[in-house]
Amino acid sequence: MADIAELKRIASQVRRDIIRQVHAVSSGHPGGSLGCTDFMVALYFAVMNHQQSFNMDGANEDVFFLSNGHISPLWYSVLARSGYFPVKELSTFRKLDSRLQGHPATHEGLPGVRVASGSLGQGISVAIGVALSKKLKGDTQTVFVLTGDGELQEGQIWEAALYAPHNKVDNLVVTVDWNGQQIDGANDDVLSLGDLEAKWIAFGWDVMHMNGNDMEEVVNVLNEAKDKTGNGKPICILMKTEMGMGVDFMTGTHAWHGKAPNDELAEKALGQLEETLGDY
Amino acid sequence: MRDILTIEAVEKKATRDGFGQGFHEVAQSNSDVVGLCADLVGSLKMQAFIKEFPERFFQVGIAEANMMGIAAGLAIGGKIPYACTFANFATGRVYDQIRQSIAYSHKNVKICASHAGVTLGEDGATHQILEDIGLMKMLPGFTVINPCDAQQTREAAIAIADHDGPCYLRFGRPGWPMFTETGSFKIGKAIQFSEGSDVSIFATGHLMWHAVEASKKLVQEGITVDLYNFHTIKPLDEEAILESIAKTGCVVTAEEHQRNGGLGDSVAQTIIRHNPVPMEYVAVNDSFGESGKPAQLLTKYGLGIDDVYAAAKRALTRK
Repeated sequence: MADIAELKRIASQVRRDIIRQVHAVSSGHPGGSLGCTDFMVALYFAVMNHQQSFNMDGANEDVFFLSNGHISPLWYSVLARSGYFPVKELSTFRKLDSRLQGHPATHEGLPGVRVASGSLGQGISVAIGVALSKKLKGDTQTVFVLTGDGELQEGQIWEAALYAPHNKVDNLVVTVDWNGQQIDGANDDVLSLGDLEAKWIAFGWDVMHMNGNDMEEVVNVLNEAKDKTGNGKPICILMKTEMGMGVDFMTGTHAWHGKAPNDELAEKALGQLEETLGDY
Repeated sequence: MRDILTIEAVEKKATRDGFGQGFHEVAQSNSDVVGLCADLVGSLKMQAFIKEFPERFFQVGIAEANMMGIAAGLAIGGKIPYACTFANFATGRVYDQIRQSIAYSHKNVKICASHAGVTLGEDGATHQILEDIGLMKMLPGFTVINPCDAQQTREAAIAIADHDGPCYLRFGRPGWPMFTETGSFKIGKAIQFSEGSDVSIFATGHLMWHAVEASKKLVQEGITVDLYNFHTIKPLDEEAILESIAKTGCVVTAEEHQRNGGLGDSVAQTIIRHNPVPMEYVAVNDSFGESGKPAQLLTKYGLGIDDVYAAAKRALTRK
């Protein structure tokens, strides 16, 4: 059983890392990063069977892909806190000569990242390719991928959504960060996603739901999803989150999607997040 | 080196047939090779591979963006994916997917593209891509190959499996003279077809045959031609270019592609930096193609044997 209290402590530190990374360079995407923190902490610290030493091919381990690459400060913090690279390297985020590019990349050889992401809509396809390679090799581990909800407006998502059920890619768990927000406002104002559950079911996916900001529920649903792999269907988890979760003035608005807090607001945000593992 | 006047086509065979043969052969010798196709297995001549290795074939349907992403993922998993469709849909349609998930991410994906250029014929300009070499050579780290006949395409399809890195292999639809010698293909190494000191002719793809025929005509007039086949546009064999133009002092490039971004563009960049000499292009000049028979289109768009011959004459007068 996962220690939920410990996961929450990690999540608090990761949220601090997010605020400090984006504040230091006055750029980046804190909103979605804060919203998905509980999900990614649960995945890396309680759900995935992953090796500490990074291997590009991810053979015989669970692997994760971040399709909505703009929430990179979250991923970088989780990767560093998981031991993939030194935590102090978070101070190089978005700076010249850094491995921590604005959007995740393999170009600089950052451990934990297997493909670049940022231009939206591509992650599920790549994850399918890795899932197929695992099947070819008799590797029974799971491929996880996270996508944004606004990202579902990209056509490639639905090409991938058609492909995976048709080909029984059942070692694949897609999670949609369904916070209802995107840069220009609410999904429903920009381009409505309609009945997402009905859409994914119609495409042939096994659809699950979870509150992405309830750590215990996240752990339970992700483990349940993992248990359901190998049953002939890919899995899609519709994950409700609050953008900006953990910082009161950033919560539930798209205003902090791609904006960093100034000195005063960064201090205010950090005042709401306990330093549990030591700042970098 | 063969005497240019003795070079004849042994038969007419489509370069895509050479691809299908080479792809099948390399899959037999390398178990990591896998194939993907976006609903064009017949056109890409992939049937022999699919019949022998059905578990290593992924039919993605008419969804090229997804195909490029899946190919990137298969490469992450250690496979050597050959992602196959028409050149138009393999490049322009999915440029961002290739740029981010394959090129920038250093994935060992082989994009194999048939039906390039105006020799696609009757389907018309929607399908006749003439910009793909330029698009693909601009991507950092991409190798770009445009073989000139079915034999060379077969060898290229085999060679790219051993090349670590993303490749773009461009070939075509129509039956085409086959004249290259087996064992002559090496990525990045231009092949010399004749030696001369009057004019250099550098050609790629289908137009290499026209360069051979034009060279014969020139040689029969007493003009000696330094003729090279540049099957690899990137990395470019700059050594061959500079050695050749140092002898001849003028050059013609020939290709079934836009002048902008093609082989000629790469050659021009090389000679401008090292040894500027008069240069003439045989290429499509800022125009789309149209429906018609391949031979008619090659003539109308200035890509015929006579166009190569005339370009050589112009280059000679500018020395």
